Amino acid sequence: MNYYTDNKVLKHYLKHPLMQRIVAMQEDNYSQAEQFNYAPMDFEEAVLGYEQVLNLVGELCAEVIAPNAKEIETEGPRLEDGRVIYAPATERNLELFRKAGLMGISMPREYGGLNFPRTVFILIEDIVCRADAAFGNLWGLQDCAETILNFGSDEQRNRYLPRVCAGETMSMDLTEPDAGSDLQSVRLKATLDKETGQWYLDGVKRFITNGDSDIHLVLARSEEGSVDGRGLSLFIVDKKCGAVHTRRIEDKMGIHGSPTCEIVFNHAPAELCGSRRMGLIKYVMALMNGARLGIATQSVGLAQAAYNEAVEYARSRKQFGKTIINFPAVYEMVGTMQSRLDAARSLLYETARNVDMEGQFNDLARRRPLTPEERAESKLFAKKADALTPIIKGMGSEIANLNAYDCVQVHGGSGYMRDYVCERLYRDARITSIYEGTTQLQVVAAIRYATSGFYAQLLDEYLSVDVPETLAPLRSRIENLAERYKSAVERVQSFDNQEALDFMARRIYEMAAYSLMATLLLCDASSDGELFASSLSRFVALAEAVVAGHAEYISNFTIEHLSNYSKQ
Amino acid sequence: MKLNIIVLAKQVPDTRNVGGQAMNDDGTINRSALPAIFNPEDLNALEQALLLKETNPGSRVTLLTMGPHRAADILREGLYRGADEGILLTDRAFAGADTLATSYALASAIKKIGSYDVILCGRQAIDGDTAQVGPQVAQQLGLPQVTYTRRIISLNEGMVTVERSIENGVEIVETSLPVLLTVDGTAAQCRPANAYRLLRFHRAAIPTEQAAEGFRYSKQIVADEALALKEWNLVHINGDAARCGLAGSPTKVRKVDNVIFKAKESKRYSAGDEDIKALVGELLANHTIG
Repeated sequence: MNYYTDNKVLKHYLKHPLMQRIVAMQEDNYSQAEQFNYAPMDFEEAVLGYEQVLNLVGELCAEVIAPNAKEIETEGPRLEDGRVIYAPATERNLELFRKAGLMGISMPREYGGLNFPRTVFILIEDIVCRADAAFGNLWGLQDCAETILNFGSDEQRNRYLPRVCAGETMSMDLTEPDAGSDLQSVRLKATLDKETGQWYLDGVKRFITNGDSDIHLVLARSEEGSVDGRGLSLFIVDKKCGAVHTRRIEDKMGIHGSPTCEIVFNHAPAELCGSRRMGLIKYVMALMNGARLGIATQSVGLAQAAYNEAVEYARSRKQFGKTIINFPAVYEMVGTMQSRLDAARSLLYETARNVDMEGQFNDLARRRPLTPEERAESKLFAKKADALTPIIKGMGSEIANLNAYDCVQVHGGSGYMRDYVCERLYRDARITSIYEGTTQLQVVAAIRYATSGFYAQLLDEYLSVDVPETLAPLRSRIENLAERYKSAVERVQSFDNQEALDFMARRIYEMAAYSLMATLLLCDASSDGELFASSLSRFVALAEAVVAGHAEYISNFTIEHLSNYSKQ
Repeated sequence: MKLNIIVLAKQVPDTRNVGGQAMNDDGTINRSALPAIFNPEDLNALEQALLLKETNPGSRVTLLTMGPHRAADILREGLYRGADEGILLTDRAFAGADTLATSYALASAIKKIGSYDVILCGRQAIDGDTAQVGPQVAQQLGLPQVTYTRRIISLNEGMVTVERSIENGVEIVETSLPVLLTVDGTAAQCRPANAYRLLRFHRAAIPTEQAAEGFRYSKQIVADEALALKEWNLVHINGDAARCGLAGSPTKVRKVDNVIFKAKESKRYSAGDEDIKALVGELLANHTIG
């Protein structure tokens, strides 16, 4: 079994036209081949290399990671003298991935990384999370190294990044008991010993994924007396200092293999990462955007796993003398699961490419000043990345939950038993629409792009793609979706009332999301009809139903309606 | 201590995933219908070699295989997992070899390599299941051999201590170097391919592949000599053609019988003493046990 080769959709995203440019920038026009014996000489070799690594990941995930998931979930991590002890199978997974050289995927080669572009990292993460979402967290946190790479000092990069590439784990310690969604109220105290120039951290962090990591990124209040986000700085804490302890591992609904910790900093020596006071407003914002894309990927991986489990069960289970996949009530569910998955994945990789290009331009800008054209282009990629990330994080995670729900449903009574994988997927999926910003907060992050007309502009751009004759009818139906979305935005704006906008935001957001996913799936189907056309036609029908429902709600809405809620 | 370690490996059809066309009408294997893989127990042998290399820094692991050109695939596979060098023994004269002719060719190649401390190979290959080639190579080279190796306990001062599987347990034996060890499937699983090595060694090629049209990595092979896989024929190993291939194979296949298991029904025994006694008696009578 191989989770890369059994899913042809993944390769499609490796072949996207923008990849040529992404890879050329990532490889600085293939200038590293002389210096590093594993650097590619051209685009063709780079893609061949990505495929070989994806193939390796697909094999390890199918043969080892997925089969280990149940043992890990049952055993879970435990706490011993302030330290987290992973389940033995988690240790085996980590060791396997270290030996396979998969711990520094996107780090530059000078620090011992593979120097893969963001989009390829996401492809790998997609596969890992399909096998085990909890292990996906531990492995995926290597992404925190990007923060040290982008904002740390040279000396910090040299000291920490090779350790990450060699397989040490990371965590981002942001949340506190009284600072969850509202990170501005972080209180963990950072004090500077003026004589030695050494920082120390004191306080408690809560709900920290992999909280006993080797290398911590910690958000702390460095400016005494400050109360908002501008008094916060970002710090690096090395576990080896011995002054950070875990005092509790949360007992969660799902992702049992990923320890969620309450950790105590007891005058822990820390290093400032980047500039003081920029912790939340710059670094954590960047870190969170990366993490949100990570959760979006985890969601797509879970949605894939749920679809696979459902389709396999529906093809083997017999009732009333035939396999249940032959009943319309079942094939409708399974077919819908696949089209939601494909649509979410189309949006995921469009987002990933924009995030990738944004990062490529940022890297380039550190090496030389950008030309005015490059600056303009870079800004547009950044804007698209920022607009699409909350859509795929929110919508992707909701789709993971819908697929997990339907997966259990397809299994019937068996799905409610612990014997099948689907009940784990159901519990694992539930966190995706909560952590790294709830769906409600993704709506808040997205809504300004709805009111500014940016999503409408994106829809027009994607709809201008050349489509083959056979897809023209679907394109005109998607154009109708886009029109309904635009009028709904207009209608909500016509109230000129902030509360009405906030109230309606979720519906506007979903209309935008379904229209965007439909257009992006149309783009994918235009370049590979065989893979996507059938899924697209199912998704358009589904999107029409969703968009029409919301449109109806919005057109019947009056301001007075709000009072029916506020009186609760 | 720096060791020269040779691992013998075979490319085999993947008989674990057998489809409908797996067998020709005459009962022989239809190799083209089955994916070609690294013989599983040879991977266990490779892992033992790589573990030895870890405890003996500066050691060198050479992978040696005999087969057609496409067997170069398993040399690359070995490099991805940590081997340092790959040699393909390939010649029409080697075709049709039984275990004796195979072990003669392998032993001749090992003599040509010259310097070695440990030779490792899988206990047996999943296509032939003979378990003869390892012992025969040791015999031809006049080396001590340990079969069914599970673990190398220690290796120093010219001696090696090995844990081997026996019928009802394990046995610990000691012998002198150089030595040939055959490794069985209970030994440590082979480590995975490594991404960095994949990206580097996917360019590795035997001369025949390098000469083929469309080969893109000639420049890299000049710059990075570890990428140059060796390709040896009968002449390279100073072999005697009469002892190779079909000519050197005393084994003659007279006929292959297709055995089809006919019994489909199951028998039920109750948990009572009487029935169990009857069952044991029956199993003894047909030599399933005892």
